[in-house]
Amino acid sequence: MSGHSTYVPKTALGKWFEARLPVVRLLHDTAVSYPTPRNLNALWTFGGILAMMLVVQIVTGIVLAMHYAADSTVAFRSVESIMRDVNWGWLIRYLHANGASMFFIAVYVHIFRGLYYGSYKPPREILWILGVIIYLLMMAAAFMGYVLPWGQMSFWGATVITNFFTALPIVGQPIQTLLIGGFSVDNATLNRFFSLHYLLPFLIAGVVVLHVWALHVVGQNNPLGIDVKSDKDTVPFTPYATSKDLMWIVLFMIFYGWFVFYQPNFLGHPDNYIEANPLATPAHIVPEWYFLPFYAILRAIDFNLGPIDSKLGGVLAMFGAIAVLAFLPWLDTSKVRSGRFRPIFKVAFWLFGLNALFLGFLGSVKTDDIIMGFQAVVWAKLSTLYYFLYFLVILPVLGYIEKPKPLPVSINDAILAKSAPSSVH
Amino acid sequence: MPASEAAQVVETIFFNLASTVTDGVASARMLKRSYADRWRPLPTRKEAILAESDTPAEPTRRDFLLHAAGAFGVVGVAAAAWPFIDQMNPDASTRALASVEVDISGVKPGQAVTIMWRGKPVVIRNRTEKEVEEGKAVKLEDLKDPLARNANGDANADATDANRAAAGKENILVMTKVCTHLGCIPLDESGEFGGWFCPCHGSQYDTAGRIRKGPAPENLPIPPYAFISDSKIRIG
Ligand code: HEM
Ligand code: FES
Repeated sequence: MSGHSTYVPKTALGKWFEARLPVVRLLHDTAVSYPTPRNLNALWTFGGILAMMLVVQIVTGIVLAMHYAADSTVAFRSVESIMRDVNWGWLIRYLHANGASMFFIAVYVHIFRGLYYGSYKPPREILWILGVIIYLLMMAAAFMGYVLPWGQMSFWGATVITNFFTALPIVGQPIQTLLIGGFSVDNATLNRFFSLHYLLPFLIAGVVVLHVWALHVVGQNNPLGIDVKSDKDTVPFTPYATSKDLMWIVLFMIFYGWFVFYQPNFLGHPDNYIEANPLATPAHIVPEWYFLPFYAILRAIDFNLGPIDSKLGGVLAMFGAIAVLAFLPWLDTSKVRSGRFRPIFKVAFWLFGLNALFLGFLGSVKTDDIIMGFQAVVWAKLSTLYYFLYFLVILPVLGYIEKPKPLPVSINDAILAKSAPSSVH
Repeated sequence: MPASEAAQVVETIFFNLASTVTDGVASARMLKRSYADRWRPLPTRKEAILAESDTPAEPTRRDFLLHAAGAFGVVGVAAAAWPFIDQMNPDASTRALASVEVDISGVKPGQAVTIMWRGKPVVIRNRTEKEVEEGKAVKLEDLKDPLARNANGDANADATDANRAAAGKENILVMTKVCTHLGCIPLDESGEFGGWFCPCHGSQYDTAGRIRKGPAPENLPIPPYAFISDSKIRIG
């Protein structure tokens, strides 16, 4: 897809620059003349939305850092003073806190788009794995950010999550001590988390550059999942993709704005407005909503499995649930990319989506709450089982037993067939 | 050890490392040069250099310097990285472990005090008779973790009620109140077993602080402590 560059510098300054650093050419080839499949739907605008959200988080974050103090004795108060005293502080903090949630909404849409249309299949494996790395870094950044206001959820979230490492035999405890810089979460932990919270988004930006580079080498997938065959299958990025991306960015901003201005604390937890207290764990601790499905998986493993005790088992299952994504390109054995042409896959996929939402719900309730006649933890076990079955059994097997529907000859053909109903066969 | 001596030791280590690397490279080169040579004993480094005497000697020496520099570099980077890793470990003020003394004369049966020791809460509970009886009634095979986890006793001791309670004072229980699952603070006097209940992921401990249900793998640990008088305990 990275065909011949069409950029021609027109002005004298442009030519002078071009001979010294052809960065304008790079941008032109990336965001103007780049050929995109002409059948992309709105789900393909979420890459642009994600890029925008990263910029929003960095800009609001840098402003917050001008007023925030990473010291356990004053951190909580400094966030309150951002809310009450700093000019526009309430707006900037709400933009940042809700921005993290929006970032995750966008990334989940983006990931499920890829899961449905088979965007992880050859030749897009590296592109996909870079995406998984970005997702991991985002989770680390959001987790450390949530610790900064030093509320009860900040403190206990940090305690529980850093304790994951103690599940590892022998090296676990020293690793945990190294991470938190003490025998319990304290000022040392807060300071390093602030330092790393500042760093990670810039690392993410670096991996995003690689992600986009890989994308432009192999080209975009599309709803039909078939390769681009000729120029007839594509349109230039500008104005087609740019305008569509912009429109969806505006719609997304309205959604985001609604939360910021009307429900700024809806996605947060009220206990985080209570200052951290190392002596009292809140009665019911939950992570931010975007971690809930993994939290449910963690809690589902409450039994020992041979030499693996329940604690290590839970941590392994939770990390495994993320790690399995990286192997997806090799687990799905079907040659057909798009779920549109895979009748059985479609069912398994939608079940997987519902199951992921259900896991999120299960992560938000207490383990012994009764849901539809059973304890939540029983459902969590079943849901966890399906989560792994999907990746480790269903996708590998389906490729062999499923008979896909016939694929269109080209993107252009499929579009023409749609717009001229008489020629539909 | 004086600085100059230390420098000498380090130099020797680096030199040995470097020559190991270069020897390996030389033998690999010999192997590649002649396949038939494979079945003869491998030449030593000296022989290899002699055998190469038809080619100018410099490349070998240059190779040597190159590999020596490389080995210095690797060890140097590792040595320089260590302070950047170790700085994250607990600092001197955190490591200085103070012990704390607690007066428990005011703690009546059915009451407990929680104090901080090394940044972690330690609970001292004066158990009621009923709680002690319940603790004793539990059969060992019903326990998820069969070990007493008592720093003041034998590491392999059974988790009987007596091995968990204070020696000679079966009503007193001293424990680090940090859930052995992922570190939350369990709530006193709650849960199905009348002991402690961890709100985070639902672990339940009995009246002797032993794990009975939920994801936590171990009994609540008992820190080192001693009675310095009838009503005073020193922890740590
Ligand atoms: C990947 C991008 C980022 C994500 C997902 C993210 C996420 C978060 C989250 C979830 C919080 C807690 C909000 C709350 O409940 O109060 C937070 C707080 C904070 N973040 Fe970020 N952040 C990002 C980038 C940045 C950057 C680049 C900075 C620059 C220094 C920054 C500085 C801060 C500060 C100072 C706070 C504490 C103030 C507060 O709690 O509102 N963040 N971040
Ligand atoms: S931390 Fe206590 S049950 Fe998980």
